[in-house]
Amino acid sequence: MKIESNRGWLFLIPALLIMALNAFIPFMTVINYSFQDILPGLDPIWVGLENYVNVLQDPDFRSAFVRQLIFSFVILGIQVPLGILISLGMPKSGWKAVTALIIVGLPLLIPYNVVGIIWRVFTRSDLGLFPLLFEPFGYNYNVGENPVDAYGTVLLMDVWHWTPLIVLLCYSALNAIPDAYYQAARIDGASRWKTFRYIILPRMRNVLTIGILLRFMDSFRIFTEVSLLTGGGPGTTTSFLSDLLVRNAVGSFNFGYAAAMSLIYFYVILIISYVFFIVLTSVGTGEEGQPTAE
Amino acid sequence: MAKIELVDIAHSYVPGEWAIQDINLTWEDGISSALLGPSGCGKTTLLKIISGLLVPTQGTVLLDGKDVTMLSPQERNIAQVFQFPVVYETLNVFDNLAFPLRNRGRDESYIKQRVNEVAGILELDHVLKKNAQRLGAAEKQRISLGRGIVRESTTAVLFDEPLTVIDPHMKWHLRRKLKEIQQSLELTMIYVTHDQHEALTFAEQVTVMNVGEALQTGAPGELHHSPEAPFVGYFIGSPGMNLFDAQLQGDQVVAGEVQIDVPSDVRDQLEGKQLKVGVRPEFAQLHTSSTPDGLVGTVSAMRMTGNSLIADVNTEQLAFKVRLPETSQIKKGDEVWAVFPPENTVVYANERAVHFDKKGVAA
Repeated sequence: MKIESNRGWLFLIPALLIMALNAFIPFMTVINYSFQDILPGLDPIWVGLENYVNVLQDPDFRSAFVRQLIFSFVILGIQVPLGILISLGMPKSGWKAVTALIIVGLPLLIPYNVVGIIWRVFTRSDLGLFPLLFEPFGYNYNVGENPVDAYGTVLLMDVWHWTPLIVLLCYSALNAIPDAYYQAARIDGASRWKTFRYIILPRMRNVLTIGILLRFMDSFRIFTEVSLLTGGGPGTTTSFLSDLLVRNAVGSFNFGYAAAMSLIYFYVILIISYVFFIVLTSVGTGEEGQPTAE
Repeated sequence: MAKIELVDIAHSYVPGEWAIQDINLTWEDGISSALLGPSGCGKTTLLKIISGLLVPTQGTVLLDGKDVTMLSPQERNIAQVFQFPVVYETLNVFDNLAFPLRNRGRDESYIKQRVNEVAGILELDHVLKKNAQRLGAAEKQRISLGRGIVRESTTAVLFDEPLTVIDPHMKWHLRRKLKEIQQSLELTMIYVTHDQHEALTFAEQVTVMNVGEALQTGAPGELHHSPEAPFVGYFIGSPGMNLFDAQLQGDQVVAGEVQIDVPSDVRDQLEGKQLKVGVRPEFAQLHTSSTPDGLVGTVSAMRMTGNSLIADVNTEQLAFKVRLPETSQIKKGDEVWAVFPPENTVVYANERAVHFDKKGVAA
């Protein structure tokens, strides 16, 4: 009897309990709901896969899903290059580095709902800063009525809020590169681009993988800020998956349907993130795809 | 083919604080040479100045008589291998070696031929298609060197403690390989290290540095036989030179029981300076019976170092070490008479050796 060797489990119990409360139990509940028709005041009815079929056939879901994918890829396309660029431009040491880090990090510290309110105030057509800035150019900026304004502002807000995450990750990777690498590159006659391509970028790969995955998954969750800023409008311009989901669950109390939708949406994130992960961890490991003279 | 000259080089990172100064050194074409000194003595700074990674605060760097002080590293035809191996981790070994040539826009057929040639010299031909990141430290270091010598214009290779992260048994192999390459390609090699063994076995010419100063340059034997500064005597040799604080008393330099007669013209040179007397453990002799000019003392400790014995000897006023043959019968606690041969006993004034004909070192 080797009881001692099992002692490790004891230490896991608190973590497992917390996980159960905030992950396993809600997750199982959602799975359970997704197979039933749950309406307030009535007993749940088992409907099998009906909810899933309905969701997949729902044109609202499909269009929200497309909008979501476009939005997620657009913000990744902006935030990743921009984050790398900013991190390259940041001071490396001294008080300047500290100041830059604080300024860059500030948006990350602001709670989602506050972010939404800040941007709402900025963009209000009666007293906001944005309409005022556009006024001299004769442009009538209006988040509530103009889809381009609304979409652009939501993009800008997300870029402002989350690019710092990429910046901080890249900055930490950048600072971990020993000077000898840059010196060797100078002696080898590497251009700035080649130095970036063959020294900096490979060293950033791991943090960029994390950053891209986090940002991708997180972008699917975008709700609070948009809800406060545009409420998903005008029309459905800025209504992404979470918005639709919340409207179904909380708005029309269609829990079974919402549960099925959220699970579909969970698997989509899982699959796309997995693909990202595989691609990002295998790209540029040097053994394939590099042009050699062999 | 490069002769490297440093003229009046000084460098400071912080204004008012010299990291290195008064450096005047010459490396003849095709020499294998070492820069030896403790950590922080300015060796690496000096190396960066030669390679062009650093522009010295003052002074001139000459390559074959041409002033290159302001030229960038890639314009200098000098390669440098760093303490920690640098490889381009997303590239395979071939592309790593081809990198400097591609940066210079050479055509692929030339690159292929040249890379294969260098890979052959460095015994990397069997791993050319492997990812550089997956190789061991010794192979990575060979890649670093390869990127240096793949350029045909490279005439000098600088090494900054290149064996630090290499396994002991690979160290020996790699060092021999370096020597071989140096000889066959007739490259000028400057090898920075704090390991005297590495420096003395690799180089024909060794420069000893301490706190930003080049103290002495010479062949390994020269540094051993006539160290020009107490630091050189102490730093080279194991154990290092015995050094005693000394004073000028009349016509003699006196350190404890040791008395050295000085001619009157030398006496003037010593006047008012800080004096030291040094003798290497290898050159001091121990006798078990009373000897003329012998310093009487006792052996306080005895230890074995490979093929010889090191005796710690205490006299009334001095403590020093003497290296004895393995076969010596002297034991701990024995009464002994130590003799310092005049030709191997050095007088230092203000950290510089003063040479004169010593008639005898008397007790």
